[in-house]
Amino acid sequence: MTHWIDPILVVVLLLNFVTLGASHLRTVIRAVATQGVLLGVMMLFAHSSITLRLCGLAGASIILKGIVLPRMLSYAMREVSIRREIEPHIGFIASLLLGAIGTGLAVVFGRTLPLAQEHLALLLVPASLATAWTGFLVLATRLKAISQVLGYLILENGIFIFGLLLLEAMPFLVEMGVLLDLFVGIFVMGIIIHHISREFSSVNTQILSALKEEP
Amino acid sequence: MIFALMLVPLLTSGVAYAVPSNRWRPWLLPAGSLAHLVLVGYALWGPPLSELSGWLMLDPLGKLVLGLISVVFFLCSTYAPGYLALRSERSNRFFCACLLAALSMMTLVTVSHHLGLMWVAMEATTLACAPLLYFNHNPRSLEATWKYLLVGSVGIALALFGSFFLAYSSLHAAFVLLLVGYGTKMGLAPMHTWKPDAYGEAPGMVGALLAGGVTSCAFLAVLRFYQICHAAGEAEFAREFLIFMGLFSMAVAAVFMVRQRDFKRMLAYSSVEHMGILVLGIGIGGLATFGALLHLIANGLTKGVKFLSAANIHRAYDSKSTEDVTGAIRRLPLSGSLFLAGFLAITGSPPGGPFLSEFTILNGAVSNGEFVVAGLYLLLLATVFIGMGATVLKVVQGLPSEQASVTDFHDGFVTGAPILMFAGLVVMLGVYIPPPLETLLRDAVQFLEAHP
Repeated sequence: MTHWIDPILVVVLLLNFVTLGASHLRTVIRAVATQGVLLGVMMLFAHSSITLRLCGLAGASIILKGIVLPRMLSYAMREVSIRREIEPHIGFIASLLLGAIGTGLAVVFGRTLPLAQEHLALLLVPASLATAWTGFLVLATRLKAISQVLGYLILENGIFIFGLLLLEAMPFLVEMGVLLDLFVGIFVMGIIIHHISREFSSVNTQILSALKEEP
Repeated sequence: MIFALMLVPLLTSGVAYAVPSNRWRPWLLPAGSLAHLVLVGYALWGPPLSELSGWLMLDPLGKLVLGLISVVFFLCSTYAPGYLALRSERSNRFFCACLLAALSMMTLVTVSHHLGLMWVAMEATTLACAPLLYFNHNPRSLEATWKYLLVGSVGIALALFGSFFLAYSSLHAAFVLLLVGYGTKMGLAPMHTWKPDAYGEAPGMVGALLAGGVTSCAFLAVLRFYQICHAAGEAEFAREFLIFMGLFSMAVAAVFMVRQRDFKRMLAYSSVEHMGILVLGIGIGGLATFGALLHLIANGLTKGVKFLSAANIHRAYDSKSTEDVTGAIRRLPLSGSLFLAGFLAITGSPPGGPFLSEFTILNGAVSNGEFVVAGLYLLLLATVFIGMGATVLKVVQGLPSEQASVTDFHDGFVTGAPILMFAGLVVMLGVYIPPPLETLLRDAVQFLEAHP
C-alpha cells in the first residue's frame, strides 16, 4: 500500500504553500487541519499490516488534528475577532519563495541521510524536513498569536511525518503521550491568547515587547 | 514504588484543586512534598527499582536529579504558605495544583528509561509550569508566559525531532538537535531568551523551582544523550560541542550581567551561566564530570537562597530595579544578608558548595591539559563576579530608599526559615559532602562514562 504515500505527501507539501501564502486565518486553519487528517490516513498506509493499535493511533490523531484543534483555534479566532494576518515580518510572496527554497534543500539533504532500504524511494524525509521548515517560517514571520500557534502545529506535523519511519519502534503509550501533550499545549496557548486579547485588546505579538534589556 | 513517587504529588495536586479554602490549600504543598521527600529517601537508598519491564527505572543519574528536585521542591513548598498568605487577594487554586503536577512530571522525567517517554514528561513539565509564571496576572507576566510557552514548545519539538533522528541512528544530527532542544529548556545561550523574562516576572519560589528543578531535569536529558554518544564511541564530537555551548553561555551571561539593573533578571542570567558551567564540566570530562554533577546539586540549592531572598526584597520594596532598591540589609536584615551571602556562594566564594564544584571543574580542565578552556572559564567567572557584585551591592548597601517604606513587609519565620535551610545545605556542601551523597555522585559518574 506504500504507493499511496508519495501522492499524499505531495498534497501535504502543497498545503505547506497554502499556509505560507494565505492571509485569511480561516484558510490556514483549514489547510493545517487537512494536513493533520492526511497524515493520520497515511499512518495506515505506511504499514504492511493494519492492527487495532494502529487504527487507534490513526483515529486519535485524525480526531485531534483534524477536528478538535482546528475547532479550538476557530473558536479562539472568533473570540478575539481576528480574521486575517495583515502585515507579516516577511511578505507572503517572499515567504512562499523561502518555503520553495527550503523544500528544495530538504530534498537534497534527505538524500544524504542513511535511510533504511524500504524508505529510500519515498518522499517521507524530505517532506518531513520541508514541513518543519514551513512551520518555522510561519512561527517566525507572523505577528498574530494564533498564526504562531498554527506554525507550531505545522512544525509538529513535520515531526510526525518523520515519526512514521519509526512507527514500529515507538510504543503506543509514547505516541499517545505526544498527542496528549500536543492537545494540552494548544489548549494552554489558547487560554493565554484569550488573556492576551483581554489584557491588550489585540493579539498582535508585537505589543508583547515590554520585557527587554534596558539600554 | 516508582508509581507511588509520581502518584503522591499528582493526587495531592488533584486534592489541591478540589479544596475550596484559599487559606488552607497552600498547606497541601509542604504536606505533599514531604511525603514525596520521604518516598525519595527510601527510593535512593532502598533496593533498586524498576517497573513496566524496564521503562521506568531509577538509575544513578536519575537518583541524583530526583534527590535534588525533591529537596528543592520541599524547601520551596515550606516557603509557599507564608508567601501565598501575603497574596490572599488572589486564588491560588491553579498555582498549587500546577506546582504539584510539575513535581509529579519532573519525577517522571528522572525515572523514564525511554527517550520518547522522557520527552513526553519534559513537555508536560513545561505545560505545568506555564500557569505558574502567569500567577501575577499582569501584562508583563502574560508576555513572559507567552514567550516561555512558545520558545519552550518549539525547543522541545526540536528535541523530539532529535529523538527520532537518534532512533534512526543518525547520531551527529541527533545530538545537535537534542542539545538545541533540551538546551532551550535548560536555558543555554543562545536559546536562553525566555529565561530573563520568565524569571523576572515569576514569583520567586517559581524561579527557584525552575532554576533548580526543571532546568536540572533538562540537564539530565542532555546527560542521557551524552551517555549514548559516549557508549557509541562518539564522545569526542559531543564534548567539543558541549564545551563550546558551555563557554558561549557563560560569555553571554557575563555580557548581560554587567550593569544589569533588574536584580531578578540578573538571577536569570546567573542561571544561564551555571547551566553553561554544567555542560562545560561534562564536556571537559575526567575529574570535571564529578565537578559538574556536584555543581548540579550545589547550583540547585544556591538558587533557592538567591531566588527566595530576592523574592522577599521584591515584596518589601515592590520594585526589582536597583534604582529603587537600596539598603536592603537595613530594611530586611535577614533576607538582605542572605541575598549577599547567596551571591558570594553562587559566584564561587568559599565556603559555599559552588566553590568546591567550580574548583573541581577547573582542576579537571587543567589536569586534562585544556589550558585555553581553563583560562576562559576563569576569565568569565571573574567577569560574572564583578558584574553581579555591582548589582547585588547596590541592592544591599546604603540607606533604604524612599521606596523601602511602600509596604510593611518584614522578615518573618515563614519567609525566612526556608532560605536559612537552603543556605545551611549550601554551606554544608562546601565543607563536607556526606558519604551517602558522595556514593551517589561516584555511582552517577561511573554510570555516565560506562562502556557497555
